[in-house]
Amino acid sequence: MTQAPRHIPDRLHARLPRALRSWEALLLAVFALVFLANSLASPYFLNLWNLSDATFNFTEKALIAFAMAMVIIAGEIDLSVAAIIALASTAMGLAMTAGFGTPAIVLTGILAGILCGAVNGALVAGLGLPSIVVTIGTMSLFRGIAFIILGDQAFNGYPKDFAFFGQGYVWGVVSFELALFAACALIFTALLHGTSFGRAVYAIGNNATAAQFSGLRVDRVRFQLFLLSGLMSGIAAVCLTSRLGSTRPSIATGMELEVVTMVVLGGVSILGGSGGIPGVVLAAFIMGMLTFGFGLLNVPGIVMSIFLGLLLIAVIALPGLISRRKGRT
Amino acid sequence: MMGVISRDGLLGLVILALTGAVALRFPGFIAPANLAAVFNDTAPLILLAIGQMMVIVTKCIDLSVAATLAFAGMIAALMNGAGVPLALIIPAAIGIGAALGAVNGLLVWKAGIPSIVVTLGTMTIIRGAIFVLTDGKWVNAHEMTAGFKALPRAVLLGLPLMSWAAIALIAAFSVFLARTALGRSFFAVGGNPNAAVYAGISVGRSQFAAFTLCGALAGLTGYLWVARYAVAYVDVASGFELNVVAACVIGGISIAGGAGSVRGVVLGALFMGIIANALPVIGVSPFWQMAISGSAIILAVSFNSRQSRRQGRLILKRAAP
Repeated sequence: MTQAPRHIPDRLHARLPRALRSWEALLLAVFALVFLANSLASPYFLNLWNLSDATFNFTEKALIAFAMAMVIIAGEIDLSVAAIIALASTAMGLAMTAGFGTPAIVLTGILAGILCGAVNGALVAGLGLPSIVVTIGTMSLFRGIAFIILGDQAFNGYPKDFAFFGQGYVWGVVSFELALFAACALIFTALLHGTSFGRAVYAIGNNATAAQFSGLRVDRVRFQLFLLSGLMSGIAAVCLTSRLGSTRPSIATGMELEVVTMVVLGGVSILGGSGGIPGVVLAAFIMGMLTFGFGLLNVPGIVMSIFLGLLLIAVIALPGLISRRKGRT
Repeated sequence: MMGVISRDGLLGLVILALTGAVALRFPGFIAPANLAAVFNDTAPLILLAIGQMMVIVTKCIDLSVAATLAFAGMIAALMNGAGVPLALIIPAAIGIGAALGAVNGLLVWKAGIPSIVVTLGTMTIIRGAIFVLTDGKWVNAHEMTAGFKALPRAVLLGLPLMSWAAIALIAAFSVFLARTALGRSFFAVGGNPNAAVYAGISVGRSQFAAFTLCGALAGLTGYLWVARYAVAYVDVASGFELNVVAACVIGGISIAGGAGSVRGVVLGALFMGIIANALPVIGVSPFWQMAISGSAIILAVSFNSRQSRRQGRLILKRAAP
């Protein structure tokens, strides 16, 4: 057995370079298929305004998915993102009730998100606790605080100009959320694939001990990743609250699982160490177009979730089964 | 085992102190009848947590337990509506649960997909399947036969059968996990998968068995749940999988696998059950419950890691596949 020099793989299954390079291509093909099927199935699909409308059902999730992708690549997970939305939205409601204007409300939401991320980061990186348990705990805690503050009540009556973040358009049919999504996609692509911070994330996800011995501040990077996840959840909370125009403690329930699905569908290995932002962007479009297309056909959302679940499992099982058929190493 | 007092002993003391504190203000809380009611109320959580514990011990996680419960419960209710006798419904519910668990197990074992992804997927698929099956309709109390609804509430020696089911299965699984080769293999697989392979234990097969047993328990709980609350619909026990994981973590089950006991899980579930039942008694809004169980999970997991640190340092956090 010869020992070839190993390099840290950027993607899953580095032994199959062609298959792995085509991961995004595969997603693109799926997207084209979904798009084609949709436009054949419904005459209302190929309408610029309808399509623009359709982007709303994935932009907020995708904003979080970018940060989640980095968290998962580093070998951690953040299941508290939807609860952070609930708490950040509640904080914004409190700020609004206290009479603050739109800029202060937005700032409150984002700061609340960062603060929640800091709590997660401190528990995971500071105390060295497993992130899956910590964030299941903070998921209960954050949403629990929102429930304590709001109970069965809701915050309504946000200022008129606050509606811009979830309902406004910056240019033609391009909504503010879509523009924000595009900007964040570029920023996160640069951050993960073009900076030493991004390389550190991959290194930690592949082998945290080796990364530590290579002089990377592993725990600091982990802390920063949870801050980032909190920040993006806070931003998503601003968009979602603005779009709905109200805050309930049950806001965004179950969104964490949709975000994780989006990330995994985008080719990020749940075990950490591989994946990228372009795949997540494609996965966001696929999930959004599926939701929208099924909606046009009056298919209930829960039936669509069956397809999503099957898609998730199939897409993850496929590379493993293919590489197994080609023989073990 | 560790220090002066074991972790389970400490958790037991916390539960006693909690109960005592509530009883100081409201003596009725520790009346035997009320304590029995609290236990009965916690029985479904105990059953599910025992199943989840076996899965977590083998280094996996099952997020689909609540959906499996709802699916098996719905099938039980539909079979009841079709006139199938109860003696067939209960084995069917257990069998359906076991089959769904086996699907999870096969995907983990044969397709090599991480369990969190598999069960995330099957969770949504199973919930969707219930919707497709029923068109979103509810099965209400008046559509169930009296015998179907009465069984979990039937009182035997002072306790409802629901409680007896929990007691019997606590005993059975304590023995199973401590005394059988399969039960021990769960701990071997979770403690060190590589060593388990060298000891002749198939990691995948053990995980498959754990998932199947977990599903079977969820299936049984599905019947008990639907019969006790006398209603079946798509969102039965929605989100309950996280309470189940929480009970395991509070009960000292290491999420890294290989460590835990039925006794700990039962205490963890009772801790959550007592908080849920005590809050309304002491006049705290039930809206506090979520934040309290969240804090309990965080405290429990930081406590778990303290204890494992005292035993020695973990050098290899994740064994090579």
